[in-house]
Amino acid sequence: MSFEVMKDVAKPILTGFGITLNRLKKDKVTVQYPEERREQFVRTRWRHVLTRYDSGLERCIGCSLCAGACPARCIYVQAAENTDAERYSPGERYAERYEINMLRCIFCGYCQDACPTGAIVLRKDFELANYERDDFVYTKEMLLEPIRR
Amino acid sequence: MPKKVETLVLHDSSTPVFGDIQKGGSVVMANSQTLLDIATNQARAHALWPLTFGLACCAIEMMSTVAARFDLARFGSEAFRATPRQADVMIIAGRLSKKMAPVLRQIYDQMPEPKWVISMGACASSGGVYNNYAIVQGADQVVPVDVYVPGCPPSPDALMYGIIKLQNKIKQQSMKGTRQMKLIELKASTQEKVKV
Repeated sequence: MSFEVMKDVAKPILTGFGITLNRLKKDKVTVQYPEERREQFVRTRWRHVLTRYDSGLERCIGCSLCAGACPARCIYVQAAENTDAERYSPGERYAERYEINMLRCIFCGYCQDACPTGAIVLRKDFELANYERDDFVYTKEMLLEPIRR
Repeated sequence: MPKKVETLVLHDSSTPVFGDIQKGGSVVMANSQTLLDIATNQARAHALWPLTFGLACCAIEMMSTVAARFDLARFGSEAFRATPRQADVMIIAGRLSKKMAPVLRQIYDQMPEPKWVISMGACASSGGVYNNYAIVQGADQVVPVDVYVPGCPPSPDALMYGIIKLQNKIKQQSMKGTRQMKLIELKASTQEKVKV
């Protein structure tokens, strides 16, 4: 084995392995997903939540501005009048039906921007995959935040 | 470094998945399942080779899922195949235009059984914002979809959750059930022939 062969063959191989060995010293980058999750970014937008006031009343007043702002037209709002006997929100009206088609939704957050009362917010729950098409129409019951005690 | 938030909280972790091997090594079996089903399902679920089928921007997230940060190889599906003959699962990543639909169908038909389809992203699942003449409003008009993954685009962990959902679906399969299904289909087709 001549010096030329050593220079052309062995040296590149050794440099290559050297890089590999150096990588071993560094931290592992893989997030072990189902067991541990990565920290989501501050402005990550995922699953919608309809929030409540501290008193337990719903923030949503059924104005349909979110439905108007939605570029994918995936929100359906049906408003109804509040009565003193059945009061859901502080205003005149509340959302009787509030449905979002999660398959259409592109999670742009325009609904959140359009909402005058800050009722609809996009939180960081990203685990939305499912088997059936019908399971993706999220109703008001699924979106509404539970009452805080 | 990733922050360890909680230990194994899948959305439906409270109910055991049929056909899945639990931590102690025991297996929860459905009534229709046999031990052979469990063995084949485990083999199928943990070696899902996806087909390289990136149609739009979702493909970038799909590539990212295979990369080091998320590492789809942990689930046995890092081997993206460029030929449908060697693939098990087709990840429709991106908007499916009407011109592409026959191609998608042909590639799906070329995949060997058993095969599964993941519809990734809003556009593939329902058309998304592209409600127009050019885009198929949902890939399930062309091929049968097993798992829908919403998002625009779904982040790599969201896609990974979809793949775990698909694995859970595969683990619940039983040959008895599929065989019965096929027999019913056969009967139906023969009856039609008799009528003709």
